[in-house]
Amino acid sequence: MNSVEYLAGSSVVSSAPLAAYSDEALAFLSDLSKELLRERHTRAYPDVVSFAFWCRKGNLQKLQASCADWGQRLGRGLTFHVAPSNVPVNFAFSFAFSLLAGNGNIVRVPSKPFPQVQLICGAVSQLLPSHPEIERRTAFVRYPVNQDITANFCATSDVRIIWGGDKTVQTVRSCPVKPKCVDLVFADRYSICVLNGKEIEQTDTRSLQTLVEGFYNDTYLMDQNACSSPQMVLWVNGSMDARERFWGAVTEYVAARYELQGMTAVDKYTQLCEDAVEYPEVKRVVRLGGNLLYRAELSGLPQKAGDSLRGKGGYFYEANLSALEELCPLVNGKYQTLTYFGLEPELLQNMVIENRLSGIDRIVPVGRAMDIDVIWDGYDIIRMLSRIVQAE
Amino acid sequence: MAFSLEEVLALEPYSLGKEEKRALYIRALSELTRVHAGSCREYCRILEVLGHDFTSDVAPENQPMLPVRLFKKYELHSVPREEIAKVMTSSGTSGQQVSKIFLDKRNVRAQTRVLTEIIGSFIGKKRLPLIILDTALVKKERAMFSARGAGIVGFTMFGRDVIYALDEDMNLNIPEVQAFLEKHMGEKILLFGYTYMIWQYVVQAMREAGIKFAVENGVLFHIGGWKKLKAQAVSPQRFNESIFETLGNVSIHNYYGMAEQLGSVFVECEHGHMHCSIYSDVLIRRPGDFSVANPGEKGLIELMSLLPTSYPGHVLLTEDEGEILGEDDCLCGRLGKYFKIHGRMAGAELRGCSDTYEQR
Repeated sequence: MNSVEYLAGSSVVSSAPLAAYSDEALAFLSDLSKELLRERHTRAYPDVVSFAFWCRKGNLQKLQASCADWGQRLGRGLTFHVAPSNVPVNFAFSFAFSLLAGNGNIVRVPSKPFPQVQLICGAVSQLLPSHPEIERRTAFVRYPVNQDITANFCATSDVRIIWGGDKTVQTVRSCPVKPKCVDLVFADRYSICVLNGKEIEQTDTRSLQTLVEGFYNDTYLMDQNACSSPQMVLWVNGSMDARERFWGAVTEYVAARYELQGMTAVDKYTQLCEDAVEYPEVKRVVRLGGNLLYRAELSGLPQKAGDSLRGKGGYFYEANLSALEELCPLVNGKYQTLTYFGLEPELLQNMVIENRLSGIDRIVPVGRAMDIDVIWDGYDIIRMLSRIVQAE
Repeated sequence: MAFSLEEVLALEPYSLGKEEKRALYIRALSELTRVHAGSCREYCRILEVLGHDFTSDVAPENQPMLPVRLFKKYELHSVPREEIAKVMTSSGTSGQQVSKIFLDKRNVRAQTRVLTEIIGSFIGKKRLPLIILDTALVKKERAMFSARGAGIVGFTMFGRDVIYALDEDMNLNIPEVQAFLEKHMGEKILLFGYTYMIWQYVVQAMREAGIKFAVENGVLFHIGGWKKLKAQAVSPQRFNESIFETLGNVSIHNYYGMAEQLGSVFVECEHGHMHCSIYSDVLIRRPGDFSVANPGEKGLIELMSLLPTSYPGHVLLTEDEGEILGEDDCLCGRLGKYFKIHGRMAGAELRGCSDTYEQR
């Protein structure tokens, strides 16, 4: 176990439960929020800022209030987290959710040296000594892929939270655990964006700008590498004018801030060729702003689920819906987030429920695809990670 | 006017100036694009998705490029499968996918013919005593060393009395080389090998053994990636100096080519510049928008060749970076563009022939 690096906390982690939304957890997380917002370097990382904002006291109290039975809940014990390697601050949310549910935590952070990881772990380890109840329940670890180490952590855990591709999930799940251990699994997902062309045509320049900024944050900010990042854009009332207006504004916004790596450009161009060979429904691909934005226009909706149409670094599949319900046959269990503009969220929610779709767990406005919270991937995380103490 | 390779074969390999070559390439590449569009389904679909109109002739810079990686994923050919005489595979380490290049008899002949023209313009038409600075094993175990073996076999046609300098365990066979040099004393000697193999198993081995050969009049052609040499801080200049020091009086020609476009190789002249022959051309593209870079500006290398007829490989986007140094004005007198290769672009997947041995 000597290749395990402890970025915060120690190797002995207590599994004694805390209450859900305990005072200790709230105090620690709100201190962490203050500490991160005070830290000068934080400002360079909007994702760290979002995390710090999310765990400020006011927001945590709001979440507590929305969980009616929190007073009857205790943690399950010790949680082992395997964080996703491609999203730098996800591990921090994973930790905070589990802590709020009342658990001790061993968090495996991404092995890539993201500065965000350093920043958050630094703040955590600085705060821990003044929060002894949290300190004895916390460890942030980093180690290269190693099944033995993972197996060791798994053996003692009461909860496992596993983020990552389907393969990572399977590998981690193959490690034996205690009989009562609960797994919360976030596997590969697929996300889409639905835009109402009529609204885009009519909206003023300022709200178009807000829309475009939101779309950029949902996609380019993570190179479309996150599971909630839309890969396919579906249009309702998708007139030529609306589409040109939207993509024109996106291209302009992207050109001003996105740094396209040479290899990403080659990858996108290669994907264009591969799509031509493999998907007859790809009619043509329009390249905008050089290699900044690729629009792969589909002649109709994908034959099957469509969740194999995945772009990276600004590569979008695009199709027109003559009616919203047309998208229902596409949706399988892989579908996670639907971002929308110019549509009623209740309408979309009803569509999923009335048609009993196996996918789409989140319906959020464009710009909020990345806003992770205690309800995620169709789970009510705090409730999943705690146990209810029933009395009749 | 339809294009045929015969009209080019009648010319000297470095004899076309900018304007003439451009006119030839507009005609020839457009014709090749039409041929492949008409007979390779996958290629035709790519043109459709790109919105490329192949009915009229277009300038070389407007020809649609195929990324080299496609040859690893798909079996692309423009003649019926039963007419394929040879499937050339690029070298790849285990687990890595290899390129598959489908050649019919005509395409194989064209490659051999053009390689002869190009190398011949440097060494003359006569066969020379040849030392292959590699192991004979690469010939036998073709599956393991595909492109490396094929490159060697291809080169042996320029030599006579061929010997392999390395044994099966990659040890330098010093007495055999000594005997060969004595036997051919006074003659011009040809040497061939892969850059990294030469460095690791010839130059280094000779230094360790503290011996030197005394080649009096040699010509060395070497090919392969510089990645490992760069990692050891070996520059082309240091490589060349070490060759002079260990082998003797040898003129050195590095050359560049890939399994996807065998035959129309790029050879370095006496001034250290990589030259395009009339059979091939190079464009440097800016990664951001694929616009054509200015001379002296680093970018992605696009390779054009007049040879590929049985597979759609006449216009390829590589994952290598390079820059144009000049055109028609190299001091060596050869016409055409000359350029410099900077190596694989960051983040690109590892390719290359001479890296196979150590990683297998």
